[in-house]
Amino acid sequence: MNELLIVKILSSIILQSAPLMIAVTGETITERAGVVNLSLDGKMLLAAMTGFAVAYTTDSVYLGFLAAALIGALFALIVAFGSITLKLNQVAIGFVLTLLGSSLSAFLGQNFTRLPGPSVGKFSIPYLKDLPVLGPMFFDQNAIFYFAVLVVLAAWWWLFRTQPGLYLRGAGERPEAAFARGAGVNRLRYFYTLLGGALVGVAGAAYSLGIKIGWSENHTAGLGWIALAIVIFGGWSPIRGAIGAILFGATKALATVFQQNVAGVSVQTFNALPWVLMIVVLLLVSSDWVVRAAAWLPPRLRGPFLRLVQVAPPRALGVEFKQD
Amino acid sequence: MHVELQNIRKHFGSVKANDGISLTFEPGRIYGLLGENGAGKSTLMKILAGFQPADSGHILLDGQPAHFANPAAALRAGIGMVYQDPLDFPPFTVLENFLLGKDRRLALDFRAASAELKHLMGRYGFEIDPQANIQSLSLGERQQLELVRLLAGGGRLLILDEPTTGISAEQKDALFASMRHMARQEDRTLILVSHKLDEVQELCDHAYVLRAGGFAGEHPLPCDNNLLVEKMFGQVPRRSPRPALPLETNLLELQQVTVRTPRLTLQNINLTIRAGEVFGLAGLEGNGQELLMQAIAGLAPIASGRLLLAGRDITRHAYHQTLADGVAYIAAGRLEEGLVAGLSLTEHIILSAPRVKQTFFIRWEGARRVTAERIQAYEVVGTPQSNADQLSGGNQQRLLFAMLNPDLKLALLNQPTRGLDVRSADYIWETLYRRRAEGAAILFISPDLDEVIERSDRIAVFSGGQMSRIVKASQTSAEELGHLIGGRQ
Ligand SMILES: Nc1ncnc2c1ncn2[C@@H]1O[C@H](COP(=O)(O)OP(=O)(O)OP(=O)(O)O)[C@@H](O)[C@H]1O
Ligand SMILES: [Mg+2]
Repeated sequence: MNELLIVKILSSIILQSAPLMIAVTGETITERAGVVNLSLDGKMLLAAMTGFAVAYTTDSVYLGFLAAALIGALFALIVAFGSITLKLNQVAIGFVLTLLGSSLSAFLGQNFTRLPGPSVGKFSIPYLKDLPVLGPMFFDQNAIFYFAVLVVLAAWWWLFRTQPGLYLRGAGERPEAAFARGAGVNRLRYFYTLLGGALVGVAGAAYSLGIKIGWSENHTAGLGWIALAIVIFGGWSPIRGAIGAILFGATKALATVFQQNVAGVSVQTFNALPWVLMIVVLLLVSSDWVVRAAAWLPPRLRGPFLRLVQVAPPRALGVEFKQD
Repeated sequence: MHVELQNIRKHFGSVKANDGISLTFEPGRIYGLLGENGAGKSTLMKILAGFQPADSGHILLDGQPAHFANPAAALRAGIGMVYQDPLDFPPFTVLENFLLGKDRRLALDFRAASAELKHLMGRYGFEIDPQANIQSLSLGERQQLELVRLLAGGGRLLILDEPTTGISAEQKDALFASMRHMARQEDRTLILVSHKLDEVQELCDHAYVLRAGGFAGEHPLPCDNNLLVEKMFGQVPRRSPRPALPLETNLLELQQVTVRTPRLTLQNINLTIRAGEVFGLAGLEGNGQELLMQAIAGLAPIASGRLLLAGRDITRHAYHQTLADGVAYIAAGRLEEGLVAGLSLTEHIILSAPRVKQTFFIRWEGARRVTAERIQAYEVVGTPQSNADQLSGGNQQRLLFAMLNPDLKLALLNQPTRGLDVRSADYIWETLYRRRAEGAAILFISPDLDEVIERSDRIAVFSGGQMSRIVKASQTSAEELGHLIGGRQ
């Protein structure tokens, strides 16, 4: 393999992971506020279909993205209304919506399968794109990639560097305490569930308008579940989540390469590789190994190190909040 | 701000937590709110702070009716509160926890907040690393942070629900001085909910007393303690005598025990505790007394040395083994460490039964009967079906004791009477004295030096992981202990 090919593969890995990055960020925001929206997979399918269909009909990718975001937000609204207002089980609602989204997308998308349509183009950044290796990987990419990076960074900043972000995390960690500090917990949860849902919708359209352009049944199937797993892998942080998404893409690409070069091992084995890796990493960081490793560090770095690697879900994830 | 509560009523099912209470609070004054456990103090204050809505009744601020749908509305009206159990965010850092809700600016200024926090903590003599995680702090430190947050905010009415359970005498002096300043110079209103009558007498101008959800009387302060106690309980409760007991057999022996944590090291501790003995541990929070207790309980690993219980080596026993050995540990954090908020009293009793008595299928009938008995024996205000978080703070504490099993050799108690009213505290000690007569030893931690001296046979003081010489309770004074706490021998 020559260098050019490697760079090409890497840059394709990075582009492939862009929708995943957006979806992971959306769900991360929702879960940080204390709501699990399990409908990701169905929501992404329906949004991918809608996004493409609207873009195809109106010949505008922007309207396509808008429609997809609305679909995502609508699904999120159902989850929010069911779990926050009606106090129903979040997991159950999510599963039902997953099935609904996937069937609806197949049904409504019948007339849009395998059509050529509008798509999002490349966006090169002058000068930077000419850098060796890094240029083609990061600065000569599809516009969706830049959008994904923007979303990830903005979400991270919002969560960890702003006052509303503190409230958002507070609502997911200990709603009654956030409430005592003046938060409208359920209002916050509604808002971030909708926002997260809209982002997941955008992620669906990003796939059908930028990665694998067009629509066919089960176009993005599986992607939503992968995103859900990466939210956990990313420790409910957008940046870690984005890295997780890229790593996931990379191991998948690696699996493809192995598959072509190692005979006698079944395809499934290689497809399982990313998952196995993910489980191993999660096991490592949640064991007390990291604590022992931290003991070797200078005391000043121990806290930040542990915060970086140790992950814990928001404590009130999926727990309803009710005033006495 | 002139605050008036009119006919506040709040019922939880059949429990009348507040049954038509009317109180008035004037600006520039400090009020003590007294009453036995479960009298309805916290409920009333939570209503005033907007945390809970009242069933009926009115709140008037400067004569204008106010409706607090949530704490946000109360905060806007200038009413802030420190809750009885710290309402903070365990996975956050101290700094993030301090910043949450502090101001309306979008971007957080960590540097400025860190400087402000350090300055404020310096004022009260608190020492907490702003970068530490809340969950690594002791309960007292978490309370300190809540206090600092409230006092830093600009509220005009400040409510403090039992704020002094986790701070030392010196820190308390600084805290009280600044509370006085807020009332006298800044014309704010302060309400202190407390069971420590001496503190209330020292700080407050006026006392309101609640009993069983109703108003039971008021009195300008200072006044005779007995006057207040009589209003609280209807009569002056008797103090249970402390029976003398010969202490002969050694029960617990620590030989050169060393325990290491990232924050603190206990080096070569030697200690012998005899059957029937009450041994008090004093010191500022986080100076090693809690760690020692956890090491004995099997909750913190012993790096070197030996631990003997009735002659048996239990150095390497984990918590579930020491439990089976007849050791019990009661943590300071009731809801945080000791109880499961969403489980009923019956379920707690079932969980606490010794392993050998546990069966695969739960015998609900018997469990409910035992629970009812324990509820009666420990005078818990609640039913076998109540959830732990529905009990008042003091009643949660009683539940912890109701969970102690009959055959007990060694009780390790971290702040056993935290948040208990005088009568309940006395009651708890009475039950502990009975255990003691049966041959159990009691090792306990309390920030209240008077309690340590009154209840112990012998006392050790911890300072920076060092254990002081052991003093006899009958031959020591609060002054001497204070010196030892400061690290002077
Ligand atoms: N959320 C709730 N659900 C059910 N009952 C409750 C709830 N909160 C309080 N109660 C009941 O209301 C009564 C008053 O409780 P409250 O917490 O106001 O007492 P308190 O005076 O603060 O006592 P303490 O000194 O023990 O803290 C208690 O009997 C308690 O069990
Ligand atoms: Mg209370």
